[in-house]
Amino acid sequence: MSTAAERARSMRPGAMSLLLAAAIYESLARSGVFPAALLPTLPAVGRALVEGVLDGSLPGHALATLYRVLLGMGLAVSVGLPLGILMGRFRPIEGFFLPLASALMPIPSLAWVPVFILWFGLGNATAIGIVLYAALFPMLLNAWSGVRAVNPLWLRAGSAMGANERALFWKVSIPGAFPFLIAGLRQAFLRAWIAVVGAEMLAASDWGLGWVIFDAKEFLKADVMLASLAVIGLIGFAFERLVFGTLERATVQRWGMVRAMKG
Amino acid sequence: MQSVGAGPASTFLAGSPSPGESRWRAAVRTAFPFLVVGAIWEVVARLQVFPPRLFPPLEVVAAAFVRLTASGVLPHHALDTLLRLLAGFALAAVVGVVIGIAMGRSRLAEDTLLPLISIGAPIPGIAYAPLFLLWFGLGNVSAVLLVGFVSTFPIVFNTWTGVKAVKEVWVRSALAMGADDRRLFGKVILPGALPYILTGLRLGLAQAWRILVGVEMLAAVPWGLGWMIFGAREFLNTDVMLAGVVVIGAIGLALEKLVFQRLERFTVVRWGMMT
Repeated sequence: MSTAAERARSMRPGAMSLLLAAAIYESLARSGVFPAALLPTLPAVGRALVEGVLDGSLPGHALATLYRVLLGMGLAVSVGLPLGILMGRFRPIEGFFLPLASALMPIPSLAWVPVFILWFGLGNATAIGIVLYAALFPMLLNAWSGVRAVNPLWLRAGSAMGANERALFWKVSIPGAFPFLIAGLRQAFLRAWIAVVGAEMLAASDWGLGWVIFDAKEFLKADVMLASLAVIGLIGFAFERLVFGTLERATVQRWGMVRAMKG
Repeated sequence: MQSVGAGPASTFLAGSPSPGESRWRAAVRTAFPFLVVGAIWEVVARLQVFPPRLFPPLEVVAAAFVRLTASGVLPHHALDTLLRLLAGFALAAVVGVVIGIAMGRSRLAEDTLLPLISIGAPIPGIAYAPLFLLWFGLGNVSAVLLVGFVSTFPIVFNTWTGVKAVKEVWVRSALAMGADDRRLFGKVILPGALPYILTGLRLGLAQAWRILVGVEMLAAVPWGLGWMIFGAREFLNTDVMLAGVVVIGAIGLALEKLVFQRLERFTVVRWGMMT
């Protein structure tokens, strides 16, 4: 699949449909049925995007958001990954933390925003805390099920070939759990990305893409909102494709544990 | 999307007794960690490490819960939140399944809609909230539409995948046995795609639930759990907020356990398509 020619052919209807959608939107925006402040034309959105990038405000907001996401996710991984692995290996630890995780997980991270605002004040600490909460559980649970899902045959084969505990852990359990760990990272990022935007809107902190969108509402700047939305979507997409896709290709696909799925 | 390990844990709430262990012991084993955490919380709160307004002891939270429930305020908030969730989700389920099936069956629909959906999906739903508020005003309409919009994406994706995944052999053998279009659809394609559709509905509902609380905070709806905890912040009513958070967690758990696992047991598991 996915030779260059084939890819080009499958791109064509896609481009057509995007053009069509853009044309419909543009004619709606130009028809004057809706006020221009609410439904800006595409050139206006483009101009807002270019202006925001040129005066440095949009990159600044994007950086602030990325900083929060990456720091929160880093914390979530450094807690969730070891804890999840320990839960997968030792039953008492599993017995203690699993009920807690199952009880906390169904609480949406945004529900904690008001509580965290009271505890940590408005600003970075709250946003990072929310990201940490949102990203922790996917990481934890995937690490846990990943370690448990390692094929017992591999472990037995490893020990039959004379591997000691440590070698078994590093050479069999961890690589064996890798597809799950990557799935966990992916999911954690998706959740973190939602959480950070919501937290920035609610815990207003002057910087951040979520805050820009929310702030633009006050001034009826729908063009700025749509431009920021585009940036949010773009960053999310880039992470999904470039960061996690690359990670997957460099590890589990190269090791032949999962087949390349996407063309 | 999101298939590997998407929800092994959600189906695994602790308390499943291991063989040879009585139910009672399993319950104790599950309760133990909560007792430990509760005790730590209580000690920290009583020592007044943090101001008690911000870090209330558990019995204060429980008292707030009882007070609000008895006065009918909490049930009213919860009911409004649930109604909003159901309205948005019902909208998303109908629209999402229809679009997904259309995309699975018709090449034209697939080519037209797939690019739009792939572009819309990676943007977190809550980011649309201010836009929806601008377009549809503060209040219920925006909240319901946004929840519906957000949960449509996973439903469309999974329905589309499911329809595509129906075995060609089944379709052909049904055609060979003389099934017309309607029966083919009702008896083969729909049941065949159902495990995927259910997964989509489940992901959609989870998505909707995760967004709804945040949307209620932003949309200034008069009633709703999200609004209740956000409003309580103004008065430093941490006890009310924590009681609200507990209710939110309980509803989320109930949705997962009571609604979807049961639905699955009655359909795809009974038909032997999933274990």
